[in-house]
Amino acid sequence: MSTGTPIAETAGIAAPTGSPGLIQEPGTVTAFWRRLRARPSAIAGLVIVGLLILMAVFAPWIAPYDPTATDWGNVRGSPSLAHPFGGDEVGRDVLSRIIFGARASLGAGLVSVALAVSLGLPLGLLAGYAGGWIDGAISRLTDALLAIPFLILAIALAAFLGPSLVNAMIAIGLSATSTFIRLTRAQVRAVAAEEFVEAARAMGNPPWRIAFVHILPNIVPAILVQATLTIAAAIIAEASLSFLGLGQQPPEPSWGAMLNTAKNFMDQAPWMAIWPGLSIFLAVLAFNLFGDGLRDALDPRQRA
Amino acid sequence: MLRFLARRLALAVPTLILASMIIFALQQLLPGDVATALTGEERDPQVIAFIRAKYHLDQPLPVRYAYWAGGVLRGDLGESIRLQKPVSKLIVEKLPVTLELACLAMLVALAIGVPMGVLSAVKRGQAADTVANGIALWGLSVPNFWLGILLILLFSVELGWLPASGYVSPFESLSENLAAMVMPAFVLGNAIAAVMMRHTRAAMLGVLGSDYVRTARAKGVSPLRVTLRHALPNAAIPIITLGALEFGQLLSGAVLTEQVFSVPGFGKLMVDAVFNRDFATVQGVVICTAATYIALNLAADLLAAAVNPKLRRA
Repeated sequence: MSTGTPIAETAGIAAPTGSPGLIQEPGTVTAFWRRLRARPSAIAGLVIVGLLILMAVFAPWIAPYDPTATDWGNVRGSPSLAHPFGGDEVGRDVLSRIIFGARASLGAGLVSVALAVSLGLPLGLLAGYAGGWIDGAISRLTDALLAIPFLILAIALAAFLGPSLVNAMIAIGLSATSTFIRLTRAQVRAVAAEEFVEAARAMGNPPWRIAFVHILPNIVPAILVQATLTIAAAIIAEASLSFLGLGQQPPEPSWGAMLNTAKNFMDQAPWMAIWPGLSIFLAVLAFNLFGDGLRDALDPRQRA
Repeated sequence: MLRFLARRLALAVPTLILASMIIFALQQLLPGDVATALTGEERDPQVIAFIRAKYHLDQPLPVRYAYWAGGVLRGDLGESIRLQKPVSKLIVEKLPVTLELACLAMLVALAIGVPMGVLSAVKRGQAADTVANGIALWGLSVPNFWLGILLILLFSVELGWLPASGYVSPFESLSENLAAMVMPAFVLGNAIAAVMMRHTRAAMLGVLGSDYVRTARAKGVSPLRVTLRHALPNAAIPIITLGALEFGQLLSGAVLTEQVFSVPGFGKLMVDAVFNRDFATVQGVVICTAATYIALNLAADLLAAAVNPKLRRA
């Protein structure tokens, strides 16, 4: 895990210059891009992610109709020129709801993973670097959290917090935190054993400086890959919670919630089930493709 | 081996205790007073007072945990407020259904994932490998409740071959039971098959590159025999370990699958409990899941150690 400083820059984290031990290869960013570009599937993932984000951000300008406006002439209306994806059970435009639904899905994916990283990274750093009883306590807590399957924990948390999109994000983020604690801890321990960290210590750097300046930039690639793949899992989790009625509340659109309603009209209006599911699938696939490509491009040792 | 078992148990027990504390502490998240939240719609002060006394709600949290944990150890998971039944009884009733579903799903996962993984390792870099990887990526990305809905659309609504829902006990009619379970088992096994495929591929690639496989090839053993008799048994260890761990994943997935196909199992029990604000049942289901997962983890470790003595020192 010593792919070097420049990768940290691609993660938007200012890398320290001239730190001892960090490999200062000129053009590593270019090399990274070259490796990523060599993977058409990763680029496809990145492009789809970009388009979905644009769709979510500019939803009010793209969507042909108000996503919550009902139209009695379009109740379970078949796909037509006016409504390409058809109408739902109260005549809302399915296409507009899909476009606005991207906000709930991508928002939940990004926010919950941001929460999981912001909790898991410091705790993992602390456990991995401090060692001793602190490590013991954090690791046991992580084991206990990991013993409860991700989705079951998220459902239980959402159940106790109460059904809403924000609570679903919190529930998913908390459920994913343990993965990041464990990954960060393992990465920190691997990097801390390397010679340049020993050298930094010998030079009299304080522990916090070693942890943040010398170790953190080197573990960013692994965290970044895990975060991308976890966004995919979080999008499925948000859709699952909304499907169960524990996420986005009606009438606000969410792909998972749309599928829940669609289930009751399968024989009359199958399009109500096709499009939201396809959207979830596409979003998850895009993050998975990009995450897999990122992993291969960032860590040459793992390449098959 | 006994010392290894003792060491693993010494890790598993505190993990379970800590998990139970986390699960118990969940009720602190309930907005407002726990007693009013537990009674739901009921606002009768007498009922609330009864609940308060019954769950020792006037006591501090650690004391309440001790009462609850003591009950759990005796197999008493509390009482479902909605169904007026002991939670443990509900779980024992529903568990066989989910276990059947999970076992069938695991069969599906093994039947699809292992051959696909072996094939893609042997044909590494060729078209078959690309196709298998593509299928695995599809399996990992498709939400299983949507896949369930699509299957119902095709096989129940359009073709009318399989029932969309309606569970029949295998003791009543095995054929009807299997007809009702085919789609849920496939949906649930699908995602695990993808994980199995990826791990089988990685394990096989590792083994196929080793010296003894090269020796076997050099001796003139047929490629098929090298793959199936020499390589696969050695690649099987990580696959078995992973299989045990993926059971936790199956329990997670079962929640949604059972919801889509109205299978009256463990997951359906949990979702219904969530909507009935029946929190004792939710906690009971979650603690049982955690205990199962920890037990499977332990079993996987022991199995791996039994097969590979080197791991016993870990």
